[in-house]
Amino acid sequence: MKNQINAVLEKALQQLEAATSQAELEEIRVKILGKKGELTGILKQLGTLSAQERPVIGQLANEVRTKLEGKISEKMTEIKESALLQQLKDEKIDVTMPGKRNELGYKHPLTTVLNEIKDIFIGMGFSIAEGPEVEYDYYNFEALNLPKDHPARDTQDTFYITDNILLRTQTSPMQVRVMEKQQPPIRIIAPGRVYRSDEVDATHSPLFHQIEGLVIDKGVTMGDLKGTLEVFAKRLYGEDAVVRFRPHHFPFTEPSAEMDIQCFSCQGKGCRLCKNEGWIEILGCGMVHPKVLENCGIDPEEYSGFAFGLGLERIVMRRYNIDDMRLLYENDMKFFKSIK
Amino acid sequence: MNLSLNWLKEFVDIQGIDPHEFSEAVTMTGSKVESFQVEGEDISKVVVGKVLSIDRHPDADKLVVCQINVGIETIQIVTGASNLTVGDLVPVALDGSTLPGGVKIKKGKLRGVESFGMMCSLAELNLTVNDFPYAIEDGIFVLQEDCKPGDDIKEILHLNDTVVEFEITPNRPDCLSVIGLAREAAVTFDKPLNLHTPVVKESDGNINDMLSVEVLDPTDCPRYMNRIVTDIKIEPSPLWLRERLRSSGVRPINNIVDITNYVMLEYGQPMHAFDYRFVKGNKIVVRKADKGEQIVTLDGITRDLTENMLVIANAEGPMAVAGVMGGEYSGIMEDTTTVVFESANFRGPAIRNTSRALALRTDSSAKYEKGLDSENCVPALERACELVELLGAGKVVRGVIDVNNAKREPTKIKLDADWINSFIGINVKKERMVEILTNLGFELNGDMITVPSFRADVEHKADIAEEIARIYGYNNIETTQIRGSAASKLTARQMAENNVFNTLIAQGYSEVQTFSFISPKFYDKMLVPQDSELRNSIKILNPLGEDTSIMRTFSLPSMMEVVSTNYASRNLSAKLFEIATEYIPTNEGELPYEPKKIVIGAYGENYDYYDLKGAVEEIIAQLNIKDFDIEASGDIPWFHPGRCAVIKLGDDVLGELGEVHPLAVKNYGMDVKVYAASLDLNTLIKHSNSEKTYHKMPRFPAATRDLGLICDADMPVITIEKTIKKAAGKLLEDIKLFDVYTGAQVLSGKKSVAYNIVLRAADRTLTVEEADNTVNKILKALAAIDVTLRQ
Repeated sequence: MKNQINAVLEKALQQLEAATSQAELEEIRVKILGKKGELTGILKQLGTLSAQERPVIGQLANEVRTKLEGKISEKMTEIKESALLQQLKDEKIDVTMPGKRNELGYKHPLTTVLNEIKDIFIGMGFSIAEGPEVEYDYYNFEALNLPKDHPARDTQDTFYITDNILLRTQTSPMQVRVMEKQQPPIRIIAPGRVYRSDEVDATHSPLFHQIEGLVIDKGVTMGDLKGTLEVFAKRLYGEDAVVRFRPHHFPFTEPSAEMDIQCFSCQGKGCRLCKNEGWIEILGCGMVHPKVLENCGIDPEEYSGFAFGLGLERIVMRRYNIDDMRLLYENDMKFFKSIK
Repeated sequence: MNLSLNWLKEFVDIQGIDPHEFSEAVTMTGSKVESFQVEGEDISKVVVGKVLSIDRHPDADKLVVCQINVGIETIQIVTGASNLTVGDLVPVALDGSTLPGGVKIKKGKLRGVESFGMMCSLAELNLTVNDFPYAIEDGIFVLQEDCKPGDDIKEILHLNDTVVEFEITPNRPDCLSVIGLAREAAVTFDKPLNLHTPVVKESDGNINDMLSVEVLDPTDCPRYMNRIVTDIKIEPSPLWLRERLRSSGVRPINNIVDITNYVMLEYGQPMHAFDYRFVKGNKIVVRKADKGEQIVTLDGITRDLTENMLVIANAEGPMAVAGVMGGEYSGIMEDTTTVVFESANFRGPAIRNTSRALALRTDSSAKYEKGLDSENCVPALERACELVELLGAGKVVRGVIDVNNAKREPTKIKLDADWINSFIGINVKKERMVEILTNLGFELNGDMITVPSFRADVEHKADIAEEIARIYGYNNIETTQIRGSAASKLTARQMAENNVFNTLIAQGYSEVQTFSFISPKFYDKMLVPQDSELRNSIKILNPLGEDTSIMRTFSLPSMMEVVSTNYASRNLSAKLFEIATEYIPTNEGELPYEPKKIVIGAYGENYDYYDLKGAVEEIIAQLNIKDFDIEASGDIPWFHPGRCAVIKLGDDVLGELGEVHPLAVKNYGMDVKVYAASLDLNTLIKHSNSEKTYHKMPRFPAATRDLGLICDADMPVITIEKTIKKAAGKLLEDIKLFDVYTGAQVLSGKKSVAYNIVLRAADRTLTVEEADNTVNKILKALAAIDVTLRQ
């Protein structure tokens, strides 16, 4: 019987060695170790043995069983591993095929840059004010120190709705509206659409965007104006940006200035981009005229402040090197896609 | 304003300051330089040559071969010009020379004969016959200047000026003059300003015997001054005067006209010279035009005058539109012998209105409309007459007529040095302030500043602060940061708008921006009924054209324009949106209501109504709007009657969406299905819930059931959904429509709809009975609306 057992073991080991699939292994297991298996069959005959032989053979049979079970499990792991390897091999894909994109929409370039500007000012403690585009003459001109017949009105060709109502030519009326509603301290920007009767061409549009800014508090100085706008310029154009403040005239600020940025293309030497001036005008600004403060019910002896206004289109056009303003209002998807 | 630096040098010593440095410095004190041009910059190696001989060209009838003495040598030049004679002095561009416009001259052969340069015409030197009236237009410029062969032509023709172009702000009309800019330059470079007081010798007679002046409108004409010059001989002005005019961009004409222009440039005071023969009745009346009166202006155009236009009239009728332009017979002619000089002050707005009404803007009106200094009339008139005497152009009659109603008290402002320093953020000593102000022409008496008459723009201590700051230098002001704190926070409305914006971008919709003004035709194209309230738009009184003549009450047409642009641009599909403002008229004389709309427009092969509805639902979901109604609406004229819906919440309409009516699409020249939606941003925001809270995640399992239902084919599924929700009550967690079917398996006129419903209780596992009971309740409620379980 001992030989019988060893013969079974020997044969089983050979078969196991040759097995290549989980099914074969299972088949071998059943054939040897199953209820009707060869080893099981041998063990059933243990009763025919003598009392001395029985434990010896019994032990041997158990050892063989354990050994075979171990071997089967070992082989099983081996086969599973190689099956997995084969599976992984079969599952190989072309990883260079195009990805499935969820394409986002395009933000209008005016919005992209406006958001950037808003973020800069929000970071400096400004809030965002909004107001009407169809506006009273009073807010657009009169309260801003531009009475009827003021020659500076000519520089802003105005669309009128009635004698008294117009399309705002600037975002500056927001200064007045904010000051009327809110006591200082005030720190706002007011972006929005403005209108002037300019024929459409590559650099003009009867509708464009401005961003107004206003700061009113006790003890605000022109040095503060410079500091604030310089920080803005550096955040928008980079830390290397060089700015200068040049005297100018606006009826509602005194002193008034324009802020120029040194031409980033020629570093101030003069080139086509800056029309040989070396500088590019970015915005108008100034200390809020005491008369304007008074018009809005703020005591100019107690408070002072500054205001500024910048045109969005020109900043956007320079940013993306867009040479025709009309593209911004045509809204061709090809145009949006071409900004990259 | 073009300024000749040679002219400026008469008043300020700017020797040693190059044009670039000059421009930079005056720009930074407030007189902005746009550009400058060095005269003759592009002319090199052009010298005076003397024609020694002129011989026929052996092989060309129209050419001659000249020997020209150019100083150090004699060279041969071939030319086609026919105005030369031996002995003429001419400008010669030598081999390797340059001429204006980037022209380069090289030696070469003309029909086989060598030519070592070119003799120049006026045009080739960028000059005109107005600059050198003795020369001819076509042909070589034969010089009459005092010169010899080899002299540099730039020296001989005085092409050595630099012209600086200024952009002067409207508050500083005083700087529209050489003297005004000289004052600024003197202060900028800290140099003395050397002003000249004109002196008129006068000859015989008395002006009052020759002319009477009556000013009937002292408001619009605060000052009117005259002098008379007799024995005039009209001829070209001398070279130096022509040069000044040329540099300033003014065409020289004749001595008298040139003098008026010269004085206008030097003093900024417009001058006029009337031919005395045409001052009928020897009388000048400054008055408003009569109704129906006409004048033929110098440019030959007949102008209709109105009763609010100021004219300079003689005893018979108007001779000039005051401050704008003279009449055709008022000016200087070849045979003029006696002139009346006018140096007047007119009220700016009056000139501005007249100039606008006549659509006639002149150098004179451009100055007057900014408001000029009436004091300046005096020296300007004297200077004109001084120049007449200097040029020997005529005899100045004794006496001046001066009708002066400009009784203006000078502005006085107290110098508050401490306030200025704290307002600007500087620390300038009071003495320095006094110095700056004095140099700028202000007078100081203790702390009291008297503003000079030519600085009407200065009327407040803030204006004084600006004078100090700009001369001190804006860029010398120390940069500081604003103190104090400010709460910067977006409003709930702004955050919600950003939310909508980002939701649409994330869904692949691109943002567009369209004009707020539209053409009334947009409404027609979009099938808006004639009697619709939407057609009541705000009209622009002075539009650029019909296309931009009304403020839109309705933004869908603007979107349709963009859609058609994209269609025409052969974009196969587009998903677009705009957060658009509309302008809804309110009461007469009041501002319109300006609501914002979310407008969506889309087309493309794989796009249909449900894509659009999905986008809209996503916006509503992102705004956390809990429930809303959507219903089919067949009566929106611009939508397909069977494919449009209105979204409501209670009594509020959130918006509308649908397939754009095929006829409207056709009006936009498209052949494609276009889908569009318009949502009211304010109403959405009103119902949005920005505050969210955590709800405990479900701990107990859900029971799910699929319901296959049969209903009438035209029953909106929302009816079934609502019924299910109502019947299921609190246990219903979710409901999903997963199939809709019409066809062979279903009776005609019916459809099959299949729902997956999820039931769950927060506090226990639902029993099978509970779930079945709920389903039975649902089925019972559905049966009541004729929806049955599919067998």
